[in-house]
Amino acid sequence: MLNPDLVGRTFTSADSVTVTKEAIQKFAEVIGETNFEIAPPTFSISITLEQSQSLLQDSGLDWTRVVHGDQKFEIKRPIVAGDVLHCSSTIESARNVSGNEIVTVRSDLNSATDLVVSTWSTLVVRA
Amino acid sequence: MNKIEVGAEFAPKSFLINRKLLVEYADASGDQNPIHQDEAFAKSVGLPDVIAHGMLTMALAGKYVSDISGSQSVLEFSARFIKPVVVPADTDVALVISGKVTEVNNGIAKIELLAMCNEVKVLGMAKGVIKI
Repeated sequence: MLNPDLVGRTFTSADSVTVTKEAIQKFAEVIGETNFEIAPPTFSISITLEQSQSLLQDSGLDWTRVVHGDQKFEIKRPIVAGDVLHCSSTIESARNVSGNEIVTVRSDLNSATDLVVSTWSTLVVRA
Repeated sequence: MNKIEVGAEFAPKSFLINRKLLVEYADASGDQNPIHQDEAFAKSVGLPDVIAHGMLTMALAGKYVSDISGSQSVLEFSARFIKPVVVPADTDVALVISGKVTEVNNGIAKIELLAMCNEVKVLGMAKGVIKI
């Protein structure tokens, strides 16, 4: 059970991530994408996944029962090689639906000047 | 490419998912959860077999959208993971994606996607919003 006090908790990484062409290419090749200049629409998950997990690490969630419920991306501009991004993740909501706990984590990727991508990951903790 | 107007449908595309692709996606995305690679582990937690990363299924659906608009023109992309894509050993599992335009407004179009695997819908409410 997630501690309800954790809703609103934000974690901002001290370190930035520099997106390399190699990282974009590796991701793109898996899905058959041949454009390595621009990151595919879901590429940002490779940056935000670890951070959103560390945000919830000590949250009391039973990770053995967690499944990914849904995922949303709002892409303000495409990620390109050379981007230096900071990730900030927030536990946006936690609710209980028929015994299943549903937690939504928002992660924003910012460059020095602009918000690049916002993502929402909804995790379902099966009853 | 089809004209982007409400009701326009895009031809289905088939993407093959196998165990090798799951390892490649794990390495590219950083998601090394063993349920996507280790059959014994997957079964030990009650799954029928190794399952694909939901985010791999979504990434392939994203490729379908990029093929319509170009990756640079995808503004929003969302999906619900409603059924797992089970990937047995030595098997290519076909994920079939199709899409149709449901809204066009001010140079922005919404494309609803259907993602089927063995005739079962695996993504729910899957949609891309693109700049046209």
